[in-house]
Amino acid sequence: MDTTPTYPTGYGQSKRRAQRAAFGIFRTLSLIIVFTLFAILGFIIYKGAGVISWEFLAEAPTDGMTDGGIFPAIVGTLLLMLGSAIVAFPIGIMSGVYMNEYASKSGWVVKFIRLMTNNLSGIPSIVFGLFGMALFVKYLGFGDSILAGSLTLGLLSLPLVIRTTEEALKDIPDSIREGSLALGATKLQTIWKVVLPMGMPRIMTGLILSLGRVSGETAPILFTCAAYFFPQLPTSIFDQCMALPYHLYVISTSGTDIEAQQPIAYGTALVLIAIVLVINLLAGWFRRYFEKRVKTKQ
Amino acid sequence: MGKIEAKEVHFHYGTFHALKGISMDITEHKVVAFIGPSGCGKSTFLRLFNRMNDLIPGTQLDGSIRIDGRDIYAPGTDVDDLRKNVGMVFQRPNPFPKSIFDNIAYGLRVNGIKDKEFIRQRVEESLRGAALWDEVKNKLNASAYALSGGQQQRLCIARAMAVSPSVLLMDEPASALDPISTAKVEELICELRKEVTIVIVTHNMQQASRVSDMTAFFYMGELVEYDETKTIFTNPHEEATQNYITGRFG
Amino acid sequence: MKKVLERVVKWLLTASGFVTSLVILLIIAFLFAEGAGLFRERVIEEGYVLALHPDNPVREMTAAEIKAVFDEDITSWTALGGPDVPIETFRLEDADKYFTEEQLGAQYENAGALISELIGSRPGMIGFIPESMAVDGAELNFIEDNSISPAEVFAGTEWFPTATPAPLFGMLPLLAGTLWVSFFAILFALPFGISIAVYMAEVASPRVRGFLKPVIELLNGIPSVVYGFFGLIVIVPILQQVFGLPVGESGLAGSIVLAIMALPTIVSVAEDAMRNCPTTLREASLALGATQWQTIYRVVIPSSMSGIASGVVLGIGRAVGETMAVLMVTGNAAVIPTSILEPLRTIPATIAAELGEAPAGGAHYQSLFLLGVILFFITFIINLTVEYISARNRAKNR
Repeated sequence: MDTTPTYPTGYGQSKRRAQRAAFGIFRTLSLIIVFTLFAILGFIIYKGAGVISWEFLAEAPTDGMTDGGIFPAIVGTLLLMLGSAIVAFPIGIMSGVYMNEYASKSGWVVKFIRLMTNNLSGIPSIVFGLFGMALFVKYLGFGDSILAGSLTLGLLSLPLVIRTTEEALKDIPDSIREGSLALGATKLQTIWKVVLPMGMPRIMTGLILSLGRVSGETAPILFTCAAYFFPQLPTSIFDQCMALPYHLYVISTSGTDIEAQQPIAYGTALVLIAIVLVINLLAGWFRRYFEKRVKTKQ
Repeated sequence: MGKIEAKEVHFHYGTFHALKGISMDITEHKVVAFIGPSGCGKSTFLRLFNRMNDLIPGTQLDGSIRIDGRDIYAPGTDVDDLRKNVGMVFQRPNPFPKSIFDNIAYGLRVNGIKDKEFIRQRVEESLRGAALWDEVKNKLNASAYALSGGQQQRLCIARAMAVSPSVLLMDEPASALDPISTAKVEELICELRKEVTIVIVTHNMQQASRVSDMTAFFYMGELVEYDETKTIFTNPHEEATQNYITGRFG
Repeated sequence: MKKVLERVVKWLLTASGFVTSLVILLIIAFLFAEGAGLFRERVIEEGYVLALHPDNPVREMTAAEIKAVFDEDITSWTALGGPDVPIETFRLEDADKYFTEEQLGAQYENAGALISELIGSRPGMIGFIPESMAVDGAELNFIEDNSISPAEVFAGTEWFPTATPAPLFGMLPLLAGTLWVSFFAILFALPFGISIAVYMAEVASPRVRGFLKPVIELLNGIPSVVYGFFGLIVIVPILQQVFGLPVGESGLAGSIVLAIMALPTIVSVAEDAMRNCPTTLREASLALGATQWQTIYRVVIPSSMSGIASGVVLGIGRAVGETMAVLMVTGNAAVIPTSILEPLRTIPATIAAELGEAPAGGAHYQSLFLLGVILFFITFIINLTVEYISARNRAKNR
């Protein structure tokens, strides 16, 4: 039997048509998502822009939170970002350094730690909230406080810091470490003087992104720190504080006068979005800056 | 008229001038070997014949390449159809993560053949053609990754031959194989020349002299010499060719 | 000196390497310690008893039965294996229906005796009264007060943690609500996620991809309260209009918001997987005359299937654990959902909404920690699944 294939005529056209249709669908769905993002951003910017003023940013809420500004919430969120950074950055960076520089790459220790870190990053934020309440607020007796909130948020952002540190260090070629060791530097000196500075830009990108995550988290601070209304600024780490995401939640769902508070909600949402945008731009800028530097080095 | 006719082919990757005015005629049912040091442009030239370089952004082609008298870079050319007619075997065996059977049937299926019985027969014939049938006939549904490297490469040759191309391009097809597998692939090339025109890029000069009728020597993006294989290896006209085949550089 | 420093630092680094493991252990320990306490709690509210007429043989009632009796859903003792008399319920606040203020006394000092006597004289009555008031009424029988049983909690279909005399901690509605809303979220997110991933990895030009990537990252970065707020202000009213619902807060609203939130995870993991598909496979397919689309669905997608699956599973994890946005838009009705258009309530939303009001250490408080344990295990299993898929994939590619 002759098995030389005879191809159906017109199949080329039909498969090209299938490709056009498929790619058309992909393009459309991608466009819908781009549109969705811009709809969300646009809506909040459009509704919130009129609310933003110096008074709104720099004053405390007044009249049962139906008027005034969100200054204490902004300060609270910044404090929580700072606090969580103090918790997560050193531990996270050290942990990343340990994983990449000290632990044996294929050993069970690294596998175990990586498994645990990945697991931790998948645990829902509300579980962190429960945990923070049980350990920091109740067991250690910190009460609802900036300290308890920062610790909870710090643990939450730990996996992200560890992972970016590890990945940043992994991309540094071994020849550079060997070069330093060959000059008589100790391992610690090599890490401190050579490896960490080289990995720093990318580590920074991860740190910035983790700050972004912390700034928007609500569930972990619900029971560890956030105050419904606390117009004066906190004076110690054992004080409660207001926070932007919690403030938005409160005034948009359980406020005293939801109608009157809606402008404040738009304004708060806009400030939150602005923080996220700034952080993403900053991280992107860091990344590009770093990539350019590497390119010019080559 | 040649099977493949290249006229004044210039090719740029960005600003890099990779091919500098190459003209060449390849006669039907011949095996042509491209030799030359790494980076001389021989692989680039080969990949122009089935427009594989289209996939790389920022490239530019000048001049013309005709296969069976048709300019394959003319606007409106059906690239899929061209590739169906100009098969290719790559440096490393690259079977799909599918069964042996599905690997061979792939080319038929993507070109619209649905007759199961025909596909089955064609798969058998292609595997026989690649001298692989006896080794795999009892495990056609096993993963192609279960085969050895040499078997995988012959599978890839069978896969390319299944769609019945009239030209087969081979880009260093034996460079990743052990000597025994290499010998089998070379044997296969000698068999296949009855059916197709073969263009093979190779680093291995013995291989070129063993399998090819014609040999082209490339150097720095230029075609230095193109002649009967016998002539190239015994009595080359150019000094550069002489130096290369005697191992003085490259 | 240098040596000592080296050693101290190494010790410090090693210790910090294990911090994440320690945190997980602590989470398990603390959540379990609080959550397991629920099963040591009594069914009937502490300090109270359920008193019956001495001739009434009924001794055992489940929490659900108690609630049904006091809600007057069960009206005859026959339903509980007792005599054929109608049930009369008595709560302390009903006392003034039977007695005058003078009879009870200014400090309620006579209430115990009077109420005990009342219950002792009515064959169908069940009284929910403080333990102290029943002491002198020796003629009464009491419903046995058992510990809360795991079956009632894990298989119970009613979540009513503030009900008296017996709160109900049936977690099925919450579990069903969580899975229901996550299922629809993934159903919505999947076609978008896979399409965008394919588009970015295979089709889009570098410039378009360079535009889409930050878009996806931004979607990932927007805080969940902002999604919740947007859902509440925009999506909920639209759904209410489109489907003519009595309330727009519904499972559907939650699913839509969750779908947007789970999307970036699915896209970035799936896109990564597809970009990792070897070029040589793509070339092999194209060289056989396949179109780019044929190459994508016959070669690229099958060979990156495990990565795509990881992305989807991670997306499910994200959806299951999401709290604030869901809390704000799903309406929070603790019933087993029958339609996606009804309000429903998820596990994380329940914890967030109720923990603030639950007295620390009480049964309600502990039940919320138990929910936390369940949530922890769901996500833990999801994470292990992802690890398993990618480990198997690494082994296969080797």
